[in-house]
Amino acid sequence: MPLSASFFGQKFAITEQDLESYLSEALAAGGDYADLYFEYLATSQLTIDESIVKSAVQGVSLGVGVRVISGERTGYAYSGDLSPEKIRKAARVAACIANGPSKVEKTGFEETRRRDLYPVVTAPSETSLAERVELVKRADHAARAADRRVFQVQASYLDSLRQVLVATSDGVLSTDRQPLARLGVSVLARQGDGVPQRGYSGGGGRVGLDFFETEKTPEHFALEAVRQAIVLLDAAPAPAGEMTVVLGPGWPGVLLHEAVGHGLEADFNRKKVSAFSGLIGQQVASPLCTVIDDGTIRNRRGSLNVDDEGATTQENVLIEKGILRGYLYDKLSSRLLGSRTTGSGRRESYQHIPMPRMTNTFMLAGDSDPADIIRSTSRGLYCANFGGGQVDITSGNFVFNASESYLIEDGRITRPVRGAMLTGNGPEALKHVSMVGHDLKLDEGMGICGKEGQSVPVGVGIPTIKIDRMTVGGTAG
Amino acid sequence: MLDPELARQTVRLAIERGATDAECTLADGHEFSAEVRMRELEKLKDAGSHRAGLRVLLGKRVGSAHTSDLSSAGVQQMVESALAVAAISTEDPYADLPDPSELGSLAGDLQLYSEDIQNIDTPARIQAAIETEEAALSWDPRITNSEGASFSAYSGERVFANSRGFLGSYRTSSCSLSATPVARQGDAMERDFWYSSARSHSKLESPAAVGRRAAERTVRRLGARKLPTQKVPVIFDSVTARSLIGNIFEAVEGDAIYRKASILAGKLGERIASENVTVIDDGCIPGLFGTSPFDDEGVPSRRTVVIDRGVLKSYLLNSYTASKLGMRTTGNAARGVTGNAGVGHGNFFLQKGERAPEDLIRGVSRGLYVTELIGHGVNIVTGDYSRGAAGLWIENGEFAYPVSEITIAANLREMLMDVEAAGSDLEFRGSVASPTLLIREMTVSGQ
Repeated sequence: MPLSASFFGQKFAITEQDLESYLSEALAAGGDYADLYFEYLATSQLTIDESIVKSAVQGVSLGVGVRVISGERTGYAYSGDLSPEKIRKAARVAACIANGPSKVEKTGFEETRRRDLYPVVTAPSETSLAERVELVKRADHAARAADRRVFQVQASYLDSLRQVLVATSDGVLSTDRQPLARLGVSVLARQGDGVPQRGYSGGGGRVGLDFFETEKTPEHFALEAVRQAIVLLDAAPAPAGEMTVVLGPGWPGVLLHEAVGHGLEADFNRKKVSAFSGLIGQQVASPLCTVIDDGTIRNRRGSLNVDDEGATTQENVLIEKGILRGYLYDKLSSRLLGSRTTGSGRRESYQHIPMPRMTNTFMLAGDSDPADIIRSTSRGLYCANFGGGQVDITSGNFVFNASESYLIEDGRITRPVRGAMLTGNGPEALKHVSMVGHDLKLDEGMGICGKEGQSVPVGVGIPTIKIDRMTVGGTAG
Repeated sequence: MLDPELARQTVRLAIERGATDAECTLADGHEFSAEVRMRELEKLKDAGSHRAGLRVLLGKRVGSAHTSDLSSAGVQQMVESALAVAAISTEDPYADLPDPSELGSLAGDLQLYSEDIQNIDTPARIQAAIETEEAALSWDPRITNSEGASFSAYSGERVFANSRGFLGSYRTSSCSLSATPVARQGDAMERDFWYSSARSHSKLESPAAVGRRAAERTVRRLGARKLPTQKVPVIFDSVTARSLIGNIFEAVEGDAIYRKASILAGKLGERIASENVTVIDDGCIPGLFGTSPFDDEGVPSRRTVVIDRGVLKSYLLNSYTASKLGMRTTGNAARGVTGNAGVGHGNFFLQKGERAPEDLIRGVSRGLYVTELIGHGVNIVTGDYSRGAAGLWIENGEFAYPVSEITIAANLREMLMDVEAAGSDLEFRGSVASPTLLIREMTVSGQ
């Protein structure tokens, strides 16, 4: 699509000449590279709470970020105003990082190869609000009807449509239209006067509104949230100590995100502050483990046609049969480490500097029957669902909390337990993987990853796996 | 600078277009940061932005909108958008604005904005970051690497107007210095950090002090061991104790209370903690990060005793949660620039005790001193508490060796009852603060 036909060409009459002149301004004081990131974001949020649509919010935000790179230095400025004077001013501020003659030769722009991983004809944000409000009403109704013990239901629907234009001094010109939608249901259930328990379920992706009709309905998320809360009503406190842990398929893939993913982001490895620094080619997991980060899966929450530096996203093999194969690079880290960008440069908004981030991170399926994995475990913990996790990438220590887990006794899943926290060390934990199931499942599309104050949507996935040794932090002996 | 009139005009426009009530927030901010790493400047960021938000009532229906476009066309579109979403929402009998008698603003200088930060030029800011990192790098030969050090500065303004006659505004500023050194011993690496932040540059700690403290915190983690699983006394240092105080806030804020989604719902007037626990929310202390002349609904900030020597005295409420509970707002409304207000806190802290932290440590024969917590394992509904931890093992009242890759677990209800002592070291590094805390017993999970 020529720039003139793109969103920013149409709505703000931005031309290639404009972009070239802003980039020249940014490189006027020297520097190796400059880029511009234009962003227009429209968001909607609808919340039903106590069966009342209490909150509905719509918003728009617009701006441009200007970045200049000179050696290892980055200068960054932004403007919420697209007038040429304001963009030039931001360019001059970003240019303060550099001094000396510019080393950049003018190349002209080449458009990034077009593809469409999320061919959504009508983005949810372009449909009527009345249509979208039905989703939360249905979720509320289904959750309340599902079980009398449910006493609080909140359902939230969020969507956004992001229009981006990236222009770089090395000649990249790319535009993208990025829809994103998510429906989430949170319930509280109580048995008599007992302690209430919470259940949560949610999902979505870079999808149209029909996703919530045909793929995952409001009723699906509502019933799943209720099921989780009800399970917890009978749960005993989690055990404490080292034991065998079996992870169920899907969202528990967040283990990979924390245990290995962050530690393989190239900015940490450029600085040699990751527990995985210098381990390329070495064994960091059992030979059963192959871990991929793939930004190209259609309609997934973590997918992008182009990353936030205008580079095409791709499938990146991080760990192959237990051997560490590669890192996730953005432009700066690939430039400094003599590698190529892996299409992993992402940012929260035009106000943020891009850095290497994950997209959709998952482990390939193995050969084991999930039922055999359980049967082979004499005593352990089965984790069906997780809340969030966190990692200290330098020591490699990570934690994540199991929101739904069960004891495994004599090869059978027996009682539910609550409040289990798992902890381990990144380069060590996956070495203890002794079985990998054939049931790879990706999560339903609700992941948000935070790093250095920036949040981006991500996906995770995993088959059922057995980890022979892991520390479980509960309160029971 | 924002024009307060724009907020008033936006409210007026919303009323003209059919809203029965309206409230408008304008916010702008300017951020600066200089990050250095291994003695070289690495990132410089310098930029500002602004936003406007509107919440309208159509009778008992509510709609909200926000925009980054403060032109008259942008504002007009925001008004229409808010009215359009109000039309599809449901009547909420409790939807309202605060009663006019509740509205107001604290008088006097709250020392939230200081010009002295603007007077430090960019080279001096970069130099401060370099000196902070240098102080860390040169502190100990085992500090071999660094994730960097930074100086950052922020200034902003907030304007709020509503259709009940309130119009107010205030400016804030802040600056901070931080360092994140990396230490190595054999194959093992550890990192930690330290920072100082203040609303005025004159209150900022020196680069040397910040860098040195960061280095000390990092080096003492080297050679960490795992622990056997056991039940022992646990001391939270003043940094990790803050997160525990944050958990208490989540358990007393009105939203969780009226939903019965908190272990403290329905416990007003009851003993819920040991006598050593007095928790206060005070939005009026000059110069602190939790201070403001009015909350995000235009109600003056105030001081509220939340827990008095173990007895739950008050929840923290905005006008909505107050009306759901049949109470009065405590001036704790909080939001970005739009939407229904949530509940926030002013300066929320646990009152200090008599004993120095060293004295608390000396009194423990075998136990854990926690210096870092990670993960999100606190459930306010049930009180289940389990988090990843790192720290130092205490043997006979002294630090024996560092520990990591462990979790600590208990129930928040019991932890509150089990606070055996609060240290004398209360410091405000942010809007939540706590002295060192000694908890009688928690489960530590390791090997």
